Amino acid sequence: MSSNIPAELRYAETHEWVRPQEDGIVTVGITDHAQHLLGDLVFVELPEVGRVVAAAESCAVVESVKAASDVYCPVDGVIVEVNELLADNPELINEDPYGEGWILRVKTSATLDGLLDAVAYEAIAIDEDEEEEGSLTNAKLAG
Amino acid sequence: MAKHTPLYARHLALGAKMVDFGGWDMPLHYGSQLQEHHQVRNAVGLFDVSHMTIVDFPDPAATCALLRYLLANDVARLYPGKALYTCLLNEAGGVIDDLIVYDRGDAGYRLVLNAATRDKDLAWITPIAERFNAAWQERDDLAMLAVQGPEALAKLDAVLDARTVAAVRASRRFHAVESGGLFIARTGYTGEDGVEILPPVAEASALWDRLLAAGVAPCGLGARDTLRLEAGMSLYGSDMDETTTPLVSGLGWTVAWQPADRDFIGRAALEQQRAAGAPQTFIGLMLEDRGVLRSHQTVYDGDREIGVTTSGAFSPTLNRGIALARVTVGVGDHAQVEVRGKRLSTRVVKPPFIAR
Repeated sequence: MSSNIPAELRYAETHEWVRPQEDGIVTVGITDHAQHLLGDLVFVELPEVGRVVAAAESCAVVESVKAASDVYCPVDGVIVEVNELLADNPELINEDPYGEGWILRVKTSATLDGLLDAVAYEAIAIDEDEEEEGSLTNAKLAG
Repeated sequence: MAKHTPLYARHLALGAKMVDFGGWDMPLHYGSQLQEHHQVRNAVGLFDVSHMTIVDFPDPAATCALLRYLLANDVARLYPGKALYTCLLNEAGGVIDDLIVYDRGDAGYRLVLNAATRDKDLAWITPIAERFNAAWQERDDLAMLAVQGPEALAKLDAVLDARTVAAVRASRRFHAVESGGLFIARTGYTGEDGVEILPPVAEASALWDRLLAAGVAPCGLGARDTLRLEAGMSLYGSDMDETTTPLVSGLGWTVAWQPADRDFIGRAALEQQRAAGAPQTFIGLMLEDRGVLRSHQTVYDGDREIGVTTSGAFSPTLNRGIALARVTVGVGDHAQVEVRGKRLSTRVVKPPFIAR
């Protein structure tokens, strides 16, 4: 499985991407690799705008046909916007994880230096592909 | 080493996401589980279910006596060509497995059991069958393809000979025909009309290819699970197991109490539970809030904890969370399910979740 990992974004090991905007605002979503592993998304639980979040704190939940997964905020800050379209169209994350499928925006004074670049994130994604299966898979299926 | 069905190479060639299921390497989906689900509800889909355990009992008389003792439902209700859904119980009335038994007339009976329970099922059945002098044979020389959906029967023209297709059309739901060297049952695990075809392993790939060429879309076990849940069908190991009886699993209807003098394994325990009143009941829950229900979530009636979900999913057809749950008797119209620390409101319904 090869996934799209744009070079201009920064990444967290927990499969979120970060895109810097002006005024210290960053956009956050989950990676193409993550949406592949999860399968079709059917529900996104979004946080309240105005919530203060710490880096690595769970700030949203994405649920696929298989499982629920936390989305961890990659930086300290305040949530200033959430993608309301996801409430009715969670599949936007599958279809366009780096565009229409963005999840939230955070105002932060933190630098993004501690996050992974595309090359480092790709190494993690490839490792996981080789391990295959396991945590993201529902073992109990119809049979 | 994972086991492979005869169609394993086909799944890989189609780019299926493969997962371990009961020791078998099986397709979860071929790209989109949601699309595959809708495909079956709206048109027709094809599932490889060759991992299921098929066991033949060639001696009709000896097997009839055996199965009337072994199974909670009564094979005396069958006639040639008819199928019966039943539980296999232990002495305590706990469910060892659920299965379908087909009456093949002079050719005896065919049982289709779950894949993950194969070893314990056969270990349980072997000594009892011996006592009844009922010979049996596992049919791992047969594959099993499920063609399911409102257009399933229409697609058979392109893949089976005319006489066989006519025989299938003339048959009814929960019946099987044997024609053209194939065993074809009007059964399935989706709530849709359709067939389960049991070809010889050597012919399975060719049949698969013909079905795909006829426009039947391959579907994985992921869609099979959401389809069966919407149809209110039980999943062994989730909705019932050896610690639960059919009476607390929504499967009381599969227990043949009459005739009262039929002795079957688990009967005494079930009679005792029935007389005392089953402590729990099995219900469907539909989420009123947004979200998804999963198995093993706690169910509340107000402040009172009343049970647990046994299966849960997002229903693609209803576009909402649904679950099966085992709860204490006396639940009202509504219940709450705890999802990530929050109590979400659900409506109590009698499965199936979709009318068919």
